[in-house]
Amino acid sequence: MSQKQYWKGLEEQQGTEAHKVAASNEFSEPLPFDMSEGLLEAQTPRRDFLKYLGFSTAAAMLAASCEMPVRKVIPYAIKPEDIIPGVPNYYASTFVDGGDYCAVVVKTRDGRPIKIEGNDKSSINKGASSARVQASVLNLYDTARLRGPLADGKEATFEAIDRSITASLASSKKTVLLTSTVLSPTSKNAIQQFLAKYPTAQWLTYDAISYSGMLLANEASYGKKTLPAYHFENAKTIVSLGADFLGTWLSPTEFAKQYAQGRRVSAKNLEMSKHYHVEANHTITGAAADERATCKPSQMGAVAAALYNAIQTGATPNLGTEKLNALVKDAAADLKKGNGLVVAGSNDVAVQTVVNAINSAVGANGTTINWAVTSNYKQGIDADFVGLVQAMNAGQVDTLIMQNVNPVYESAMGDQFESGLSKVANTITFASHLDETAQKCKYSIPDHHYLESWGDAEPKSGFYSLMQPGISPIHKTRAYQDSLLTWAGASETYFNQWEAYWKTKLGGQTNFDLALQDGVIEPEQETMGGASFNGNLAAAMQQISATKSGKTEVVVYEKIAMGKGGAWSNNPWLQEMPDPISKATWDNYACVSPKKAKELQAELTSITEVVAAKTVIKIKIKGFEVALPLVVIPGMHNDVIAVALGYGRSEKIGRAAANTGKRVAPLMHYNGTTFVAYNDITIERTAETYEIAQTQTHISYEGRPILHEYTLEEFKKNPNELIEDRAKEIGHYASATPWENHEGGEKEAIDANKLAEDFRVNGTLYPNYEHLGVHWGMSIDLNSCIGCGACVVGCQAENNISVVGKHHVLKSQEMHWIRIDRYFSGMPDDADSIQTVFQPMMCQHCDNAPCENVCPVNATSHSSEGLNQMTYNRCIGTKYCANNCPYKVRHFNWMDWNGADAFADNLYEDGRRDDMNDELTRMVLNPDVTVRSRGVMEKCSFCVQRLQEAKLTAKKAGEPLKDGAARTACQQACPTDAIIFGNVNDKESAIHKVRHEQQKERLFYVLEQIHTLPNVNYLSKIRNAEEVIGGNEAKDGLMNDHI
Amino acid sequence: MLRFKKIVFQSIALVAIVLFSNFSSSAQDGKAIFQANCASCHNPIKDATGPALQGVDKRVPSKEWIYNWIHNSAKVISSGDKYANDLYNKWNKTAMTAFPQLSNAEIDAVIKYVNDYKAPSATPAAGAATQNGPEEDNSNMYILVTLALLVLMVILWKVNSGLKRVANEKQGLPNVKEIPFYRNKLFVAIAIILAFILAGYWIANGSIEMGRQQNYKPEQPIFYSHKVHAGINQINCLYCHAGAEKSKHAMVPSTNVCMNCHKQINEYTGEAEHPLYNEEGEKINGTEQIQLLYKYAGWDPAKKDYIRNDKGEIQATPIKWTKIHNLPDHVYFNHSQHVAVGKVPCQQCHGPIQEMDEVYQFSPLSMGWCINCHRQTKVQFENNNYYSIFEKYHQELKDKKRDGVTVEEIGGLECQRCHY
Repeated sequence: MSQKQYWKGLEEQQGTEAHKVAASNEFSEPLPFDMSEGLLEAQTPRRDFLKYLGFSTAAAMLAASCEMPVRKVIPYAIKPEDIIPGVPNYYASTFVDGGDYCAVVVKTRDGRPIKIEGNDKSSINKGASSARVQASVLNLYDTARLRGPLADGKEATFEAIDRSITASLASSKKTVLLTSTVLSPTSKNAIQQFLAKYPTAQWLTYDAISYSGMLLANEASYGKKTLPAYHFENAKTIVSLGADFLGTWLSPTEFAKQYAQGRRVSAKNLEMSKHYHVEANHTITGAAADERATCKPSQMGAVAAALYNAIQTGATPNLGTEKLNALVKDAAADLKKGNGLVVAGSNDVAVQTVVNAINSAVGANGTTINWAVTSNYKQGIDADFVGLVQAMNAGQVDTLIMQNVNPVYESAMGDQFESGLSKVANTITFASHLDETAQKCKYSIPDHHYLESWGDAEPKSGFYSLMQPGISPIHKTRAYQDSLLTWAGASETYFNQWEAYWKTKLGGQTNFDLALQDGVIEPEQETMGGASFNGNLAAAMQQISATKSGKTEVVVYEKIAMGKGGAWSNNPWLQEMPDPISKATWDNYACVSPKKAKELQAELTSITEVVAAKTVIKIKIKGFEVALPLVVIPGMHNDVIAVALGYGRSEKIGRAAANTGKRVAPLMHYNGTTFVAYNDITIERTAETYEIAQTQTHISYEGRPILHEYTLEEFKKNPNELIEDRAKEIGHYASATPWENHEGGEKEAIDANKLAEDFRVNGTLYPNYEHLGVHWGMSIDLNSCIGCGACVVGCQAENNISVVGKHHVLKSQEMHWIRIDRYFSGMPDDADSIQTVFQPMMCQHCDNAPCENVCPVNATSHSSEGLNQMTYNRCIGTKYCANNCPYKVRHFNWMDWNGADAFADNLYEDGRRDDMNDELTRMVLNPDVTVRSRGVMEKCSFCVQRLQEAKLTAKKAGEPLKDGAARTACQQACPTDAIIFGNVNDKESAIHKVRHEQQKERLFYVLEQIHTLPNVNYLSKIRNAEEVIGGNEAKDGLMNDHI
Repeated sequence: MLRFKKIVFQSIALVAIVLFSNFSSSAQDGKAIFQANCASCHNPIKDATGPALQGVDKRVPSKEWIYNWIHNSAKVISSGDKYANDLYNKWNKTAMTAFPQLSNAEIDAVIKYVNDYKAPSATPAAGAATQNGPEEDNSNMYILVTLALLVLMVILWKVNSGLKRVANEKQGLPNVKEIPFYRNKLFVAIAIILAFILAGYWIANGSIEMGRQQNYKPEQPIFYSHKVHAGINQINCLYCHAGAEKSKHAMVPSTNVCMNCHKQINEYTGEAEHPLYNEEGEKINGTEQIQLLYKYAGWDPAKKDYIRNDKGEIQATPIKWTKIHNLPDHVYFNHSQHVAVGKVPCQQCHGPIQEMDEVYQFSPLSMGWCINCHRQTKVQFENNNYYSIFEKYHQELKDKKRDGVTVEEIGGLECQRCHY
């Protein structure tokens, strides 16, 4: 039926034996009971049976004879006025991690933050959030956080530490304050006060993920050592040269929100941006792109130069591959039409200079790039840091104070920094954990978590955001600004200065209160401004042409979940979040192309995903080698290996961080101006294997058509193609008289809504159930979904979803209620032909649910509002429902993941590391959602606790339920608004309009023909591309069997 | 049995409702306004935080004065009014909360209510309690009668068989060899089956009852009498349990809420009218219990001030009450849904709380009990606009096809209304 065929991995594409076995097995490992034929031959003898029977009877008797525990109810001694126990309070605040910024709203219950959402009032992230923002609340309750200041590794008091530091600062000849990018104006004031007190002190900024190349190129091109504000929503043509702007580049949440605005196609609105993407590895931005081609990282400059020449002179690009040449040519033509935007991920000054020249030539400055408002996300210059390392090693630095940096781990020069550290007399860090740098420091004075802090941020010039705490500091920590102010001898605390600053700036208490309530202080409208290019293009072009390519090159990338590492490494939610492309959890690995894997003679089982044991390869550069398992990613350039940062942490970072992956920062080097990856590495196969826990092999769709994808041209030509396809599939059964022949006759336009309604009523023997009142429904736009995973972590935080640990992910026992399925299409051996689609999949809340009929105890049933309800206390764990679910969205609790009734430490026996039986960590749990125990099934509930709360609020107000009052956690987390949710019965609701008016042409239900009547619909993917790959059996690498 | 329980439950609920609506006949508004606004500090016939209100209109300078005083007492005091200042000083300079929102007519209604007020008698609830008694006696009597009849039957049977044997011997007929009953296979089989059924019944019932605590009445750290507060002194339930209208938790009040009144009330003066006894029948000294509260609240009764630390924080410690009403973790219960939306009186689930010196769990809090109520209770369908989305039901109501919509009919029995 669909014109396109997808495969979720090479094993499926090639139909390997192992895949067939895995797909036909219900469980990924042998069950722990004997399946031999006949009771007499059974290995479980009768005596054992009687023993177990006796034990369980005795245990039950014992349990039954126990008295009910006496519970206490302890009210506040003096109740704070604004807290009502059981009612959440929301505070606007700001998430800041170095230069990463997100305006957030913190949900607190009884005084503890339990959920983070994006702040709708912010014009920067507009209510969006990312996986890391969603997971940041768990970092607050991290048991591995430092619980108080340390001096020489021993606990100390602030007073004692302050005394000795103040004394040493006075005599320090050279003091250096090394921070990550500081967004906060008041923190900068505090730093200035410190610098004023110690005139010899110097303040340097260091970013673990360096954007020096851009900063320096902008300084040369426009005379401003800063980053502009980007506006992807204004762009008709977007060209990205290796910039993963939807995943990790600069400010991905902001850009994703903007980008999605230009991608919302409907039959009535056929306007859509065109996105060209060139990259070496495979990122989610590449997956979202309309046209994608690959090149080596060293070639990126040549691509930029070719693009520049094609625009200026119309020169035909000559870049080696056909696809790349075509892409550059088309991109140049489109860019010339105006409203173009070119971004590059390279940290090379020359490449960024050429990109600046292109943007200037196509008139991007002032339309899609704003120079009147600049971004402050990254301010570090690599040369400063390198200079510091040299000075430290030369013994010229007496005191080094570090805030939110961990160079020993993060920097490519980590070894040199570490040896330099030993030559600095006084080393002070404000790190929250005893990280790799803190372990070598004399003093550790842990800073507050951002949810415990007062503060502010200026992410873009003139755009401010306030930070207020959701909880008072849990441990003996101190704001780093207070430490600096104390040493500077300031009489006021940072909080007082901050308050005074904002009251003065905003003009009085009332305005201040309002600003604190809103969280953001922003100009009404962003003024746009351009800039004229003044850079030395010729020199940059020359430098680019002199770039040497290596035989095999490396890309050192950030994972969406993990970023540079930092405290995220010890966040089990992020560790277990499957990487959008590789679907791997808990590790980093070497991504290689399928062809490369074959060249390395890694047998099929390890290049595909069925077998978890992956061949380990060694990646070598001069003086450094790292052994990493190989994971095959279709769409990787054949001569490129991609490895992720953020792994290989010290065990002291915490239980979740320990023993995951390897540190790969040394694969980068300082090229004289900036840090870049080596472009000549050697790889070598070893005989070892290493298990990587990937998730998507755990289920199979057996090749059924579950996705629909069209090119924009096709969609323009016939918007109703999907409706016609659906009618072909289900039309027969939608008729009240299916025994008659309905084919032939006059062809008239099909009414999609009538078709679905008729199919609902006539396609079954069951009576039709009427949904009075509310009928919940969800719509997911595959065009907007970028696969970023914010929904996965948002759902995990909202619904107390367990982390199972690597061992159990290997056994396919992960518990995520929403997963993002990733499907490839194209020829695996041709990286440029690969197209990738994401499809979020959760319980479809079928109105005719196959799971409900098979439950022997009625533990899963249907509600009058269209919810497929899972009742944990009734479930006896037969798993029939999971077996009968065509969408494979039900998850069984094989273990007591949350330690609900466990002994203290048995949770960690088999590699689980979420600390969920620790009282501190458990503070993150949502008290409105039951914590599930062993032996029960669970699945997406459409966030029923939120629906109930929204209805209750409406009832209390005596008003009908407003559209948008009930939002699911995934919907709220989604940065691209791909998810719409609401009451379908409400004719004014967004979901009703999408289904019945705006998007009825693109709408489809997964496996609609089996009459499950899902309450989740999808909107087809529309690619603004020449062709959708997968239609031609001869050249597109279709799946061998199926259909 | 179930039916019987249902009847008892219904009659008790009925009594509770009647009891609560009883006072309302004459001064409906006045009572409601008094309870919502005044009752936390004033009693009609006794001095509390503020003076007893009965006859207030006779003793103050003028009606106009009362209106002004209630709308903003501070203003009256600052105007130099002598009566006001005397009163203020007499009551230790305790400022009265201003109620600008009360209209003169409403104030009149309150005055009428307090003037007509008579001390409630303790009889009505006793009626509720005694209803259980004779019913239970009856069932015991049935058992006794049945047992007596059974014994009689065995005796008669024995006598009969003995006589038969004697008769047989006399007639020379051979007697069948007598087998003792415990070796009678039929008897043994029946006994085993019966024992099995009874044991099964007992075990099943026992396990269903596991974790239920009806009539649970633990000893509390302070002998706090709901009867004295809610019954005799007519304090509105929501004054202390303010969460019941807003939150899932009804909320046990913090000590500062107690101290709103108990700054003034430092002894129990109702000894004659209502002496306090605990479950064991021991005499409880109410004044001592108030002193106990002062310890928790950090109040120095001699100085009439809070004990504070250097930072000026009140040195209060929370009271660790024993929780009486426990629901399993997998049950979501929301007080505000029932109190604010469903307008269910507290007594419907908590029983005659205003008659309890020590609180006990009145209802079984079992799922069957919840479900039963959801089946029978009609939702506030027509006076809440939320339900306007149920167009079909509204049409049926209009057409007089139905006289109401039960909780069940809007999905109130579905699993995920309470379990998620």
